[in-house]
Amino acid sequence: MKRIYVNEEWCLGCHLCEYNCAYANSGIKDMVKALKGAEINPKIHIEESGKITYAVSCRHCEDPICVKSCISGALSKKDGIVCIDKNKCIGCFTCILVCPYGAIRPSDEHAVQKCELCINNSVEMPACVKGCPNKAIVYEER
Amino acid sequence: MKNYVIIGGSVASVGCIEGIRSADKEGKIIMLCKEKVPAYCRPLISYYLQKKTDFQKMKYRSDKFYQENNVELIYEECKKIDTSNKSVYTEKGIYPYDKLCIATGSSPFVPHFKGIEKIKNKFCFMTQDDALSLEKTIDKNSDVLIIGAGLIGLKCAEGLTGRVKSITICDLSTRILSSILDEESAKLMQKNLEKNGIKFLLGDSVSEFNNDSATMLSGKQIRFDILVTAVGVKPNIDIASDASIETEKGIIVDNNMLTSVPDIYSAGDCAQGYNMSSDTKSIIAIWPNAYMQGYCAGVNMAGQIKEFDNAIPMNAIGFFGLHALTAGIYKGKVYKEKSENAIKKLFFEDGKLVGYILIGNIENAGIYTSVIREKIPLSSLNSNILKKQPSLAVFNEKNRRKKLGGVV
Repeated sequence: MKRIYVNEEWCLGCHLCEYNCAYANSGIKDMVKALKGAEINPKIHIEESGKITYAVSCRHCEDPICVKSCISGALSKKDGIVCIDKNKCIGCFTCILVCPYGAIRPSDEHAVQKCELCINNSVEMPACVKGCPNKAIVYEER
Repeated sequence: MKNYVIIGGSVASVGCIEGIRSADKEGKIIMLCKEKVPAYCRPLISYYLQKKTDFQKMKYRSDKFYQENNVELIYEECKKIDTSNKSVYTEKGIYPYDKLCIATGSSPFVPHFKGIEKIKNKFCFMTQDDALSLEKTIDKNSDVLIIGAGLIGLKCAEGLTGRVKSITICDLSTRILSSILDEESAKLMQKNLEKNGIKFLLGDSVSEFNNDSATMLSGKQIRFDILVTAVGVKPNIDIASDASIETEKGIIVDNNMLTSVPDIYSAGDCAQGYNMSSDTKSIIAIWPNAYMQGYCAGVNMAGQIKEFDNAIPMNAIGFFGLHALTAGIYKGKVYKEKSENAIKKLFFEDGKLVGYILIGNIENAGIYTSVIREKIPLSSLNSNILKKQPSLAVFNEKNRRKKLGGVV
C-alpha cells in the first residue's frame, strides 16, 4: 500500500507540512481563516536536532502496537491504514505510551489524533506531501 | 477442521480470536462468556460515570465482529476442564476442543472487614454491572468511601466526582498508585486529585464498620452512604488448578502462552507469563498485555509459531487532565527533571533504559517504551537527547531513516 515516507536529507525544516496538515484537517475552506493567529496542532510534526530536521507522522505499521494496546477499541486498521474513531476514544493516552515513533498526540478535543493519510478530508493526496516544497515527504509504495 | 474453545469473553479472548484468524480462517471457535455481553472496554466504566462514553461506544469490537470471525459466542460459565477427554463443561453443555485458551481474567479481591456484611450499599468497580448499580445508588447527597487508592479506586473517584457530595479514599499504603508510582510522583498526582475535591486517608484503613460509619485503624470515624472496595484483584485460576494445570499466583505460561498441559493456552489477567522487566514470570494485569498474550496464544493455537517475550509493566493513567505514563522497572541510576506540575524520571541500569515515570509532559513517551522493550543499549543512542526529550533523534541516522523511510 501507499504510505507517507520521509527523506530527511531533503527536509528543509520549513514546517510547511505542519501548516498544510492543520489546514487540510481544519474543515475550513479559507486558509487564512483556518491558520491566521491559530495555534496549530497538526498530525505531522517536525523534529529538529542540531542541523538535522525531519517530519514524523504515523507509520501505519504492519503490526501496529497502538491498535493492539488501545483500551477503548478506538484504534483499528482498515485497508492498511491505522484509523482512529474519535467517538470511541476517551483520551487515556495508552497509544502515546506505546507508539515507538511518537506519532500520536493529544488533540484539542477529548481524543488523541494521528495521521490518517488525509482519507477523511477532501484532499486527494496527503496535504503534507502535496505541499512539501522539496519532496522530502512522499506518498508511494515501498 | 480444528475446534477452538476460548474460556472468557474480554480483551484476551478477542486477541485470541484475531490471532487464530490470522492463521486459520476455517476452524470453529467457541467463546464461553460469563458476563452476558460481548467484549467491552472495562477500563472505561469510570468514563461512563463521567458521561464521556456510553455502553454502545464502549463495545470493544463492532457488532458484526463475532459473525465476521465465525465465532460462536455462548453466554455460559465454564465450570470444569477435562484434560483427558479434551472437553470443557458448563452447567448446560459440553464443549470438546482441540486447542483451548483460558482467558478467565480476574475478580475483585474483597478482604474481610468486621461488620462489612451489614453494609447495604457496597460495590466493586470492575464491570458494567458494577458501574450501573453504583450509578443507580448514588445521588448528590452521597458520601462515598473508597477502600484502595490504586488505579481502580482512583478512576472510580474521578468518575463519581460532581455526582456525589463527598469522596474519601483510604489505603494502607502511604502513597496513592503505589504499584506504579514512587513517593514523589504519587504526591504530584495526589495534589491534583485533592484539588478536585477528593479526600485521602493514607497509611490508614478500616478497622471495622458500624452500619454507616467506619472506624479506621487510626481511630478516626468516617461516615458514609456508599462503600466501594478497590483493594485489588485476584486471578481466576480455579478451573485451571482443578484440572492440574500448573498455577502459582496465575496460570503459568511459556512465551508461546502454552500452559503446562499440551494444547491448553492461557492469556490475560489470569496468566502468569514472562515479565522482561523483572526477568521473572509474573502477572501483568494490563489491557495491552492481555490483548498481546491472547493474540500470541491464538497464533500458536492455529499451528503457527509466535513468541511474546517482551512484556513489561506499563500504564497510562490520568485524572482531571493530569496524565502519568509509566513503564518498566524503577531501579538503577535515576535521571530526574521536576517542575510544579510535571515530573520526568528515567531509570538506567547496565547501560540500558529500564524504566520511566512521566507526569505532565508525556509527549513521545512511546519512544522510551520501545527503547526499553527492544533493550537498545545506550551506547547506540544519543543519550543526551534521550534524557531531554524523547524523539527519533535519539537513534542514529541509519536507524532513523529505516524508521521513516521503510515499511515498519
